[in-house]
Amino acid sequence: MADIAALEARARTLRARIIETSSRSGTPHLGSCLSCVDILTALYFEVLRIDVNAPRSPDRDRFILSKGHGAPALFQVLAMRGFYPEAMLDNYGADGGVFAEHPPTPDHLAGIEAATGSLGHGLPIGLGMALAARIQRQSYKVFAVLSDGECNEGSVWEAALLAASQKVSDLCVVIDFNKWQATGRSEEVLALAPLAEKWRAFGWNAIEVDGHNMNELLGAFAIFAQGNERPTAIIAHTVKGKGVSFMEDDNNWHYRIPTAEEVIKSKIELGVPV
Amino acid sequence: MRNAFADEVTKLAAQNQRVVMLSGDIGNKLFDNFKKVDERRFYNCGVAEANMMGVAAGMALSGLRPLVYTITPFTTTRCFEQIRVDACYHHVPVTIVGTGSGLSYAELGPTHHSLEDMAILRTLPGMSVLAPCDANELRACLRAALKQDGPVYIRIGKKGEPTIFNEVPDLHIGRASIVRAGSDVALLSAGTMMGEALAAADRLHAEGISAEVVSMHSIKPLDVEYLAGAAQRFKLIATIEEHGLIGGLGSAVAEWRARANAPVRQLAFGTPDEFMHEVGSQEYARRKYGLTAEVMASGVSQAFRE
Repeated sequence: MADIAALEARARTLRARIIETSSRSGTPHLGSCLSCVDILTALYFEVLRIDVNAPRSPDRDRFILSKGHGAPALFQVLAMRGFYPEAMLDNYGADGGVFAEHPPTPDHLAGIEAATGSLGHGLPIGLGMALAARIQRQSYKVFAVLSDGECNEGSVWEAALLAASQKVSDLCVVIDFNKWQATGRSEEVLALAPLAEKWRAFGWNAIEVDGHNMNELLGAFAIFAQGNERPTAIIAHTVKGKGVSFMEDDNNWHYRIPTAEEVIKSKIELGVPV
Repeated sequence: MRNAFADEVTKLAAQNQRVVMLSGDIGNKLFDNFKKVDERRFYNCGVAEANMMGVAAGMALSGLRPLVYTITPFTTTRCFEQIRVDACYHHVPVTIVGTGSGLSYAELGPTHHSLEDMAILRTLPGMSVLAPCDANELRACLRAALKQDGPVYIRIGKKGEPTIFNEVPDLHIGRASIVRAGSDVALLSAGTMMGEALAAADRLHAEGISAEVVSMHSIKPLDVEYLAGAAQRFKLIATIEEHGLIGGLGSAVAEWRARANAPVRQLAFGTPDEFMHEVGSQEYARRKYGLTAEVMASGVSQAFRE
């Protein structure tokens, strides 16, 4: 059984580190990072079959952060998971470094499977990796986290069609459905509803969960792991800026950088030592 | 060229378990023999080229050697950003093959013409751009491409191109192939214009001008060693391509001349900065744009005597 309390504690620590790093380095997309922290925590500390000592092992599970602007969250998760020392993040945003606003290529940072940042690329790449597993008779699974705004991209739906026709059951998409995109409500920009029904209509299993509830997230991943003939889409209902009262569901935090005082307030709310 | 392509990739797939074929819903029956080699390594990705390119990159990141095949505009301009980010930024061995390049599909209209593909793909870091002149040179390009550690683009014609090489030539990416030696001028031809280039050389010969004819199958990397020698040996070189004058072989050679401060005059034959709005065959389109042996020989002859 997963230690839910321990996972939740990790998620709180990660949120505090992400907020602190954003403030220190001036890195934006804080709201988008905070909405996917619980998904990343569940994956990296409970679901993914990975070995930080053999990060290129051919049979490892693959994870792609297709919403590449969530990289500040992923960088903290990879460090906490042990892919590289947490101290490396002290130089976040420094000229000549690797930690910026989007994931670099796999050759430049351990734990990264694909460089993303332009939306709509991660899922097709992940689909290629899943098909490669089939061709090479390997049993790894591929996970890709997308944002709801990213579902504007046609390439997402092109990939959804091919994955269904090829019955790629080892492919799992998680939509970080925080209901916002850069400049407005995602439903108002391009009508997404009903999102789960769209994935079902495209031939996928679709599972709706509270994307901040570890039990529900792990339950959905367990259903995916049981396998059947379809790819799986987990529609994770999330809150942008989750975890800090004055950031939650406020789209200003797509680009705003927290002040030193706001970092302290956030840590107090998260119950993390200031 | 199309049939030679299908035949060669089938052979390569039989030799190399990592070769995978992705097609954008074209080539019905063309790949039946490939599927007989291993059905699990052939994917019809449908009319969805952006996804197809991303899938190929994902496969290449997983140790495979994918080839992506469809009509040239759809495997180049249509999914340029996927080529840039997924294949080139990751620097993975995806081989992109565009069929019906240049004016091969003249009668289908500008949606199916490709007169910009070399220009745009040449800008991408780490991308090799190849234009074989016949079926045997295409086979050699495919073999060479599968040995590269990065992305390669191969632009091919359709069918019925004249045979230039009677067997598969010894080909190195980045090294030009001299098809006919000469001493007065050099005709540098990219891809399927080779038949016209050789016919132009025949016309020049009749006028007493000896033309060297070269297959510039590698537009990138460019054979700067050959060019440096040519600049010494000739006072005039001509670039010939079924591609726009902006950004293709002619531009690549002109860029080299500027960088090298090379004292050689260049004539550039290619298509102008326009879409072709009237219908016509490939022969009609080539005549319209002066891409015939007669027009090119006359231009070279005049410039040579100036």
